[in-house]
Amino acid sequence: METYLMKGNEALAEAAMRAGCKCFFGYPITPQTELAAYMAKQMPKRGGVFLQAESELAAVNMLLGAASTGVRAMTSSSSPGISLKTEGISYMAGCDLPAVIINVQRGGPGLGSIQPSQADYFQATRAMGHGDAYIIVLAPDSVQEMADFVALAFELADKYRIPALVLADGLLGQMMEPVSFAEPTQSSVDKSEWAANGHKFKREHNIVNSLYLDAPTLEKIVKKRYEKYKVIEENERRCECYMCEDAEILVTAYGAAARIAKTAVAKARQEGIKAGLFRPITLYPFPRQELRESAKSARVILDTELSMGQMVEDVQLSLGCTLPVEFYGRTGGVVPAPEEILLKLREMNGGKE
Amino acid sequence: MAVIFEKPHALLDVTTHYCPGCGHGIIHRLVAEVIDEMGIEGDTVGVCPVGCAVMAYDYFSCDMIEAPHGRAPAVATGVKRSNPDLHVFTYQGDGDLAAIGTAETIHSGTRGENIVIVFVNNTTYGMTGGQMAPTTLSNQVTQTTPYGRDVKTAGYPLRVCEIMAKLDGVALSQRVAVDSPAHIRQAKQAIRKGFENESNGRGLSIIEVLSSCPTNWGMTPVKAMEFVREKMIPYYPLGVFKDVTAKEAQQE
Repeated sequence: METYLMKGNEALAEAAMRAGCKCFFGYPITPQTELAAYMAKQMPKRGGVFLQAESELAAVNMLLGAASTGVRAMTSSSSPGISLKTEGISYMAGCDLPAVIINVQRGGPGLGSIQPSQADYFQATRAMGHGDAYIIVLAPDSVQEMADFVALAFELADKYRIPALVLADGLLGQMMEPVSFAEPTQSSVDKSEWAANGHKFKREHNIVNSLYLDAPTLEKIVKKRYEKYKVIEENERRCECYMCEDAEILVTAYGAAARIAKTAVAKARQEGIKAGLFRPITLYPFPRQELRESAKSARVILDTELSMGQMVEDVQLSLGCTLPVEFYGRTGGVVPAPEEILLKLREMNGGKE
Repeated sequence: MAVIFEKPHALLDVTTHYCPGCGHGIIHRLVAEVIDEMGIEGDTVGVCPVGCAVMAYDYFSCDMIEAPHGRAPAVATGVKRSNPDLHVFTYQGDGDLAAIGTAETIHSGTRGENIVIVFVNNTTYGMTGGQMAPTTLSNQVTQTTPYGRDVKTAGYPLRVCEIMAKLDGVALSQRVAVDSPAHIRQAKQAIRKGFENESNGRGLSIIEVLSSCPTNWGMTPVKAMEFVREKMIPYYPLGVFKDVTAKEAQQE
């Protein structure tokens, strides 16, 4: 398998094309720009569609249109742009459409900053638009995982007829690392039952729609969708455990924050501090059972994020408040050094080294 | 007995939810007749708006998608770009197309998307109970202009076809009405031309159809058609504002 040195944003784009992504609809925003630029260069050469929309709203609704016909399609943005895209994401969730969305997060709220951030955790896992709905959320922590998780996002989106989000950040998007790509794939899922791509007089007309004016009907459809969420929560939880077995202080972190935390945990171990790292890979579904399992020997949890601590709630919910959960994070685009987390670990270890 | 008149195949044999005297029934029929005549139902995807025509997906027999408010041209763009062989049309009202969806309308036009936009102008947000639309006439009373539309505070009525005609990517920009049999025939020809443009890759066609809303205007269907004729047409003149095929014919 060939290895390339690539930026995270470019790896996302390359991996998408190899996963059979036929259409990309973008709108410029820092720090995800390289993704769209790569698509603009490559898509026409590889028989795909690159289109720069007039707004994030238009881009996400172009995605809705393409996804409605059953093709693999994608859009990408960064935090403020994702807020605009939530309109279309809610509709896609309500239409049970498979589609992939990338968020290369930056600081917020509002226009915020253009530096790396993880302040969109609540939005990604709780509120990708209005209504009773979840979408699958995958959180890579390396350029390699950026590539792998785009392919996985397409696969899961097709399998469950659900939008899937790759929640990255400006740090992962901008940094360069070696990366290799899996063999090119195509969707193997039969979409003929629902796709609006012309009935050819061979079937009833298909309707892609999220409107149900009859309240009990909508309730029934939402409840059926929640059955699907149950299956996803049962089968698709993913995580990484690093030195969790005998960890007394268990660090929880995802994405770029987990990389920093991992260095801090390794250093803490050298100092004899029994630290471990639990890294959720799927943020929805959150790996609750796995966290409980990994926290068995822990007496305290340290959640660390590039935010004011949004995943803390899922950690607490997973553990049923059986353990104290402390938090250390930087926000606004500030990225902590491993030493900052190490200091916190020392402090939690009773100041003992 | 010989059948001399029947429902177009592209319209399903169902009862619609439209009010008595509403123009949507006529306009649906015109679109369906064109689809039938061109034999393209099996390869057509229609995109519904938010508004009175939101449930058009239950009336047309081709594949249908229901778009978020104002985004139908973006959704149609996604359909057409991913499947260039499909025939794609949007069916939108004035609030949907000319207020919240202005950017999508203008930019699908300037990109020359090969889609047909059927734009129904009845000067009101009908589905929500008759609020001011961008096309509400000056001094016209609506739920949100109870003293009549004061252009000084609520702005002027928007002439969409005139704007769209200025865009290089637009193939056809034409305003028609469904207030009389003669105008209805004209409207059908315009819609047919739109679908032909789309099939031949000429760019975007927008057909604005002046229509009536007896319910929200508080008029009988007959009076409402008179309102179209006497009040709307003077402000929204019927005609062809851009037609690239006319130029082609001249050059030949």
